Amino acid sequence: MIVENDGIADTITLPRAISRAAVVRDICLHLGPYQVGDKPITGKTVIAKDLTIDSLAIMDMVMELEDRFDVSIPMSVIAEIHTVDQLADTIQDLRARG
Amino acid sequence: MGLFDRHAGLLEAYRDVRTTGLDPFQIRMERVLSPTEAIIDGKKTLLVGTNNYFGLTFDPSCMEAAIEAIRNEGTGTTGSRIANGSYSEHVALEQEIAEFYGKKHCMVFTTGYQANLGVISTLVGQGDFLLIDADSHASIYDACKMTQAEVVRFKHNDPSSLDARLRRLGDKPGNRLVVLEGIYSMLGDSAPLKEFVEVCKKYGAYVLIDEAHSLGALGANGRGLCEEAGVLDDCHFIVGTFSKTLGAIGGYCVSDDPDFDILRVTVRAYMFTASPPPSIVASVRQALRIVKAKPELRKQLWDNVATLYDGLASQGFKLGPEHGPVVGVHLPDRETAIGFWRAMLDAGIYVNVAVPPATPNGVSLLRCSLCAVHTSEQLEHMVEVMTGIGRQMGVLPPPKLRVAGGR
Repeated sequence: MIVENDGIADTITLPRAISRAAVVRDICLHLGPYQVGDKPITGKTVIAKDLTIDSLAIMDMVMELEDRFDVSIPMSVIAEIHTVDQLADTIQDLRARG
Repeated sequence: MGLFDRHAGLLEAYRDVRTTGLDPFQIRMERVLSPTEAIIDGKKTLLVGTNNYFGLTFDPSCMEAAIEAIRNEGTGTTGSRIANGSYSEHVALEQEIAEFYGKKHCMVFTTGYQANLGVISTLVGQGDFLLIDADSHASIYDACKMTQAEVVRFKHNDPSSLDARLRRLGDKPGNRLVVLEGIYSMLGDSAPLKEFVEVCKKYGAYVLIDEAHSLGALGANGRGLCEEAGVLDDCHFIVGTFSKTLGAIGGYCVSDDPDFDILRVTVRAYMFTASPPPSIVASVRQALRIVKAKPELRKQLWDNVATLYDGLASQGFKLGPEHGPVVGVHLPDRETAIGFWRAMLDAGIYVNVAVPPATPNGVSLLRCSLCAVHTSEQLEHMVEVMTGIGRQMGVLPPPKLRVAGGR
């Protein structure tokens, strides 16, 4: 089987300091396919409610973001995240601590 | 808000599933005739979705052992091991499973679900880290809800994804427990266990592997993927079930850890539930003897896997990534999967239908599981039936027409 490690490749090129706006932009990009009509995805978007994404897909998206930003978000923390802003803050927070 | 309002979305999805007039989640087997046939809706039906990998549910020696145990020891234990004590048969079974794996300790549970739930949630606690494959079974996910440990998912069957997550933990104190499965129950694919074990060794993580679907099926002696991959000694905890290859119900966990037995007074799923009844323990002991004595059943199983998998693949069906005792057939969406399932049942073949949210990546599947005692005629017939339905439903392209007299 082929194992690709996009996680490490990404982290090598990703600078440690990354703007919050960039994190939000990346999250919105991942959520794009689940947009409802023309309603834009913003920081205030409630991920599980305002979009067509289900809970399993949310967890899979978080896994992608984890590798993109080289952080691990525990499942109990994911459960407490509702909005795009909260997800961005969590990622920023974990990056600052790492 | 009503108690059931929160399930509104699921209720709707469930209504959709039943639109064919039959409920795939409440199928009634009016009479089970053998490991491969039952009467459903008044009709003799071929069973290709029962996880009965060795077909031992009707093995005469297993049935006799169970009947004998009921005569000698009664129908049930009516209590837990710690409250009411163990029967000699419980202890004998634990010794035999430990010997089967060459491990020092074994604990038997009343169900496989409880084995995973109890062991995983108890092994790690506050300050520890639990790392699970994204496609883990529900019993593993439920264990995650019961532990104070930090739980992180890694990408399915991707050792580098696990590596990244263990690396990020850095030198944080706390144990790391990695949970894997020998064969995944939806698509029948195996974990790249050797690679996973290497990653775990690198970071000093403990390995727990669930061999529920691989017991009997994999390894020279049927011990599962841990044996097949040559890493049995590197798997600190091996969990398994009696409800598939061994044809009964129950679960177990084996380990070499000298303090393993403390789990008997810490795992609540072991302590606060009635122990397996004598008949189950007796038939499982006999089934384990058969697994050891008849390696030909393993060969028969894999021959049957090849017949079904290669047969369906050659007709153009999209299947799980590799041969396995579970063959997952991808269908484009939920409605097609349910319609296909119903058409197969009408044609006298029972398989499982698996649709979101119970499936990884939102896929819709027909889930077939093979049995060593399926005949090749039964499986060739199944491929024909599925090909016909596949063409009618537009899942498969129409057959290439041969022109008479053409060259």
